[in-house]
Order: sequence, then C-alpha cells, then structure tokens
Amino acid sequence: MSEPVLVVEDLRVQLDTPRGNARIVNGLSYSVAPGETVAVVGESGSGKSVSVMALLGLLPKRARVTGSARFRGRDLLTMRERELRAVRGDGVGMVFQDPMTSLNPVLTIGRQLTEGLLAHRKVSGKREARERAAQLLADVGLPDPRGALDRFPHELSGGMRQRVVIATALAGDPALLIADEATTALDVTVQAQILDLVARLQDEHRTGVVWITHDLGVVAGVADRVLVMYGGRCVEDGTVDDVFERPAHPYTQGLLGSLPQLHDGGAGGSRELVAIGGTPPPPTDLPPGCVFWPRCPVRGDERCATEQPPLTPVGPRDGAGAGSSAVPHRAATFYDAARGAGEVGS
Amino acid sequence: MSTAAGQAGTPAERGARDDVLVRARGLQVHFPVSSKGLRRRRTGAVRAVDGVDLDIRRGETLGLVGESGCGKSTLGNALLRLVEPTAGRVEFDGTDVTALSAKALRALRRRAVMVFQDPYASLDPRTTVGQTVAEPLQVHSLHRGTEARAARVAELLELVGLDPSVASRYPHEFSGGQRQRVGIARALAGEPDFVVCDEAIASLDVSVQAQVLNLLRDLQQRLGLTYLFVSHDLAAVRHVSDRIAVMYLGRVVEVGDAADVSARPQHPYAQALLSAVPLPDPAAERRRERIVLSGDVPSATRVPSGCRFRTRCPRAFSPCPDVDPALQEVEPAHTAACHLHGVVGVPVAAGEHTGA
Repeated sequence: MSEPVLVVEDLRVQLDTPRGNARIVNGLSYSVAPGETVAVVGESGSGKSVSVMALLGLLPKRARVTGSARFRGRDLLTMRERELRAVRGDGVGMVFQDPMTSLNPVLTIGRQLTEGLLAHRKVSGKREARERAAQLLADVGLPDPRGALDRFPHELSGGMRQRVVIATALAGDPALLIADEATTALDVTVQAQILDLVARLQDEHRTGVVWITHDLGVVAGVADRVLVMYGGRCVEDGTVDDVFERPAHPYTQGLLGSLPQLHDGGAGGSRELVAIGGTPPPPTDLPPGCVFWPRCPVRGDERCATEQPPLTPVGPRDGAGAGSSAVPHRAATFYDAARGAGEVGS
Repeated sequence: MSTAAGQAGTPAERGARDDVLVRARGLQVHFPVSSKGLRRRRTGAVRAVDGVDLDIRRGETLGLVGESGCGKSTLGNALLRLVEPTAGRVEFDGTDVTALSAKALRALRRRAVMVFQDPYASLDPRTTVGQTVAEPLQVHSLHRGTEARAARVAELLELVGLDPSVASRYPHEFSGGQRQRVGIARALAGEPDFVVCDEAIASLDVSVQAQVLNLLRDLQQRLGLTYLFVSHDLAAVRHVSDRIAVMYLGRVVEVGDAADVSARPQHPYAQALLSAVPLPDPAAERRRERIVLSGDVPSATRVPSGCRFRTRCPRAFSPCPDVDPALQEVEPAHTAACHLHGVVGVPVAAGEHTGA
C-alpha cells in the first residue's frame, strides 16, 4: 500500500467549560491511505466531529489540542493559520452535514465555486474559473450546471445543495476528503445518489476519505476500515467486515444489536431490540476505567472499572486463519474478545 | 390487544379481523400559495395530502414511510384533525371527525393523540415533568383531586419506565430518551386508543432509539393501542409495523403487510426507496443493486399529471401521463397504485397535463 495521506497519532482535545474540564477526544490514532475510506462511527457526544475539526484548526482557540496529524508528512496541528488555510482549500476537502451552513446564502453558486478556484490559483482567470466550476457541477451530477452557476443556494433542493458543497470540496482536487455526517440530512434516495457519486470520484482521483457518521448502514456501504468511538476513545477498529461480522467490544455489539433490521423480524416476529441501557458519560465526568463500564452488560474483567483497557488484537475466529488481512482487528478490552463476551466473567 | 394485528393468516382470516379504527377517504389537505405584494392573490396550492384512502385497523401498527415533503406528517395531523382537511373524510371509530363540534372534538383529543419528534421542543422547559404529564388530566377533567391526580401521574411515569420521583424535575435534567418517555407518558394520560408517532425516534441516538421502540411495543401489548408510526427510517418502520403504507408526493402509492412490502415492494417508487436503504451488513451492501433515481421530487405545487411518480420512474410507459393510477390489489392484502399491474384509475382530462 502506498504512503498514507493522513496519519493521526494520539489526538487529544480538551476544553474548559463551566462544568469543568471536558475531555472530548482522548487519544485517537489512525491513518488513511490514498483511495481508502475510513469510517469513524459513534453516537452524539462521542467526539467524532470534534476530532476532525481539530485536524483542520476549526475549533475555538481555547480548545487544547495535542498529538499529531500528519497530512502528506506535515503536521496539521502545528501549522500556522495561513498554511492551514492553503491546505483546507487545496489538499483537504470538507463536507459537513447541513449544506446551508457551508454555502453563503447571498452569493451565487458560481461565485462561491470560482472564488476558491481563483484563491488557490487553480485557474488562470475568471473565464476559466467559470468553465471549471461548470465542469465540477456537471461532475457531481447537477442538472443544468451552467444555469446553476447563476443561482442562489435557496433556489436548490437539499440534495442539490449538498452536491454543490461536494463540488466545492472537490474543486481543489484534494488528496483527502472529510465528510462529517454529509448525507445525514438527506433522504435515502438522495443519499444513495451522493454515496454513488463520492465512490465514483474517489475511484477516479484516489482520494482518501474520512467518513464520519452515526449511520451503521452507510458505514457498511462505504467504508474499508471502521473506527468505533465512544466517550472520545476508539473502542474498536478493523476492516468493515471484521467489525460488523465479529464485533468484539460490548459497545459495538450493543450498537449493532440495537439496530432494527429491514429484512428480519418485524412486528410479526418477536425479536426485541437489544437496547443499551443508560446514556453516555458527559465528557466532564468520564469514568476512571473503561469509558463504557457504567453501561457495560459484560464487565469481563475487574480491571475494567479502574484501568483503561488498551486496544488489543482480537484473536482469529475458530477455524479461520490468523490475520490474513493487513489491517488488524482490535478492541479495547482486557479479555480475549474473540472468545465472545458471553464466556467471560459470568 | 395486539393479537388482532396482522399476524400470519389466510387472506380470509385477515379480512374477518378487519376492524377499522381510523378510516380516511379521499382525504385532501391543500395549503394555499399567494402571490407576493399587497394583493396577495391566491396563485396555487401545495397539495400536501392529495387524495388519500387509508384504513388503520384496531390494535395494529401502521407504518407510514416516505421522504421529506411527501405529506406523511400532514396526513398524520389531518387524521387527528390538527390541520383541517380541504376535502375528504376521516372516520374515527365510526364517527366522521371532519364534521365534529368543538366539544366533540375535545373528546376525540383524549382518544387520539400524538407523540412528537423532538422531545427538546415539545416539552415546556419551565414546567415540571409531573405538571406536563398532568396537563391532559386537567384538560379532560380526569382523576380529579390532588391526590388522585398525583397517583395517576406516578402511574404513568412508571408505565414508561421512569421513576415516579422525577415528577418534580424539569425537562433539562433529562436526556433525549428520557424526555421522549415523558412525551409518551403525557400522550397516554387520557387513555387513548390511537397514537400517531410522528418521527418519534428520529432525534435519538441509535442505542436510545431501541429503548423507545421496545417501550412503544410493550405499551401497545399492555394497553391495546393502535399506532400510526410515521417515519423516514424504513428499518425502524419495518421493525414495529404490522402493515406499511408508502407515500409519494401527497398520495399513498402502496400498502401491504410489513413483510410483503419490505420483501416484495410493487410500486417502482417503493422499490427504489427500499433499495436505497443502507444495510448495516457489508456483505449485503456489496451484493445489492441500488436503484438510483434521477432528479428530485417535483414541487407539491406542480404535481405531474397522471402518475405523479412518472417523471422519475425508470419504468414509466405510455398510460402514465394520461391516467392517475388508483390503488389496486397486486397480491392478497397488498395494493399498489401503478399501471404496470394493469391500467386502473382516473383518466386525465384533455388539456390538464402538467409536469415534464
């Protein structure tokens, strides 16, 4: 595999709040190879959005960010604002949940697209910028791209706006695309269009993608690798198949178990959803041991209550060869998660 | 009890159990659109609900799915007469709701209630949870007297899995899932028969959604409730529903048993919608073939003539612009409004054609 576009090591974000010091991201490490999609999943408050905002210098100044995040070998966290701005327009594209907040409501679509192209010297002049902008809109499948250049964001539907935002993000031909709940506000049929689009563009340009979402269905469709976040920590990571087929951490198991299935059970059947009791801990008051301990139905080791379990390799499943894939499957547990949670500690 | 709901059985048996609690016929909710400026002439209408026939059987959960703007929430509101229908009828337990007097409407409000989407917006932040739950009791003069009312509030809180001692606390002290439990307790205060859950789990995290779904099912079994479960989340709808109705642009285009509709959708829109739902299973995701629809949903002010889905339908053919398809049975107890199953419906008058 080629050199990763992004290497994040021991990323931590803390913020002083009226309720005390909030530890929002607590030691996150991962890397993204060209053409690869890494999905970061977690529920609200898990720190997944803050973790990418920290990479791009989008957090308020009083946030304390430590660790490192090397983009093409250079650490984003120590860059000056001016350098960061160049990276944001040129090397890294961003797509956020609500397209209306990413677009300026009083500027035409064309103006917003050409501005970035001109600022980052991707084109020689205004005429060429317009040409390129129309091409970008055509690439993202917007009907009548030339006409769209002269329209305002409010004249477009949600799905069309999100395409414009994606076109903006791709304008700089980025090596890395960060999508934070990019399809969450969209209807499923529009979401399907956008997911198709990103996959196609990613294939063409070998873009590395960090896809942040709470939707496990989207993850299963787009991701090569998955990182499950809870309480600001990674509790499990691995290939999308390993994590979905053999979830090892009780939180991941709970998350997958609590999903209603489209093609199974139903009201005629009797399957009760396996809900996780309780709620996530506030970042100002994280438990001393495993972050999931207060809600954990397993509690497989007495150290769980007092020590943070490290990410440890999940053993191979019975009968299967050990780690045939280059990506390790790891879970933050003290016990051998491969043996199944039920056999431990009960 | 929910035993009357759509468990397996022959079509004849199912027909025998057809005990309809809520019936809509030709239901229409149009919102006027006015021109700008002083004259504000009426220039058209948003046809949010545009001719819906629907039966909701006693004790069942009917899932209502569709995308934003399809009119599913307006339909739910119109069934409770929270918006005034512009045409058509709604019958609740045999009574025509659209003709009720104010007094009779109040009685309906006790028997037919709604659980709202956002538990952050639907609870008054300056009112204790106990007062919130007690409000319907006051309105309907139920369980009179301080002690009786407090006892009923405690009972309701316990019913939804909250400790009765929380009655003196305020909404901000609760998480989203707990607030939604409070919203459900309030809805159940007057011992309703019919509950419309409008995106009741949409603002909750996945693990909390499961808690609320389990609670709703448990309450249905214990109290014999009838649900209309309005949601854009097809997997959740599939999980809770006995039957599913699919809406597109103000019209119900398919209705059937939940298992049939999700396994064998018959209307091309329902097929596209179901194929677009991301499945939390990587192997299934790689195998699947998505039907990616082109374009956007047309505006509800300019509904295409004939079949309203034809402008995006991958299988549209000659009769589609000319005949407005009616729901027809495509397999036992499973109806769809599509000419692929035979051209049935209302011909479009000459010169009335609209849409691309």
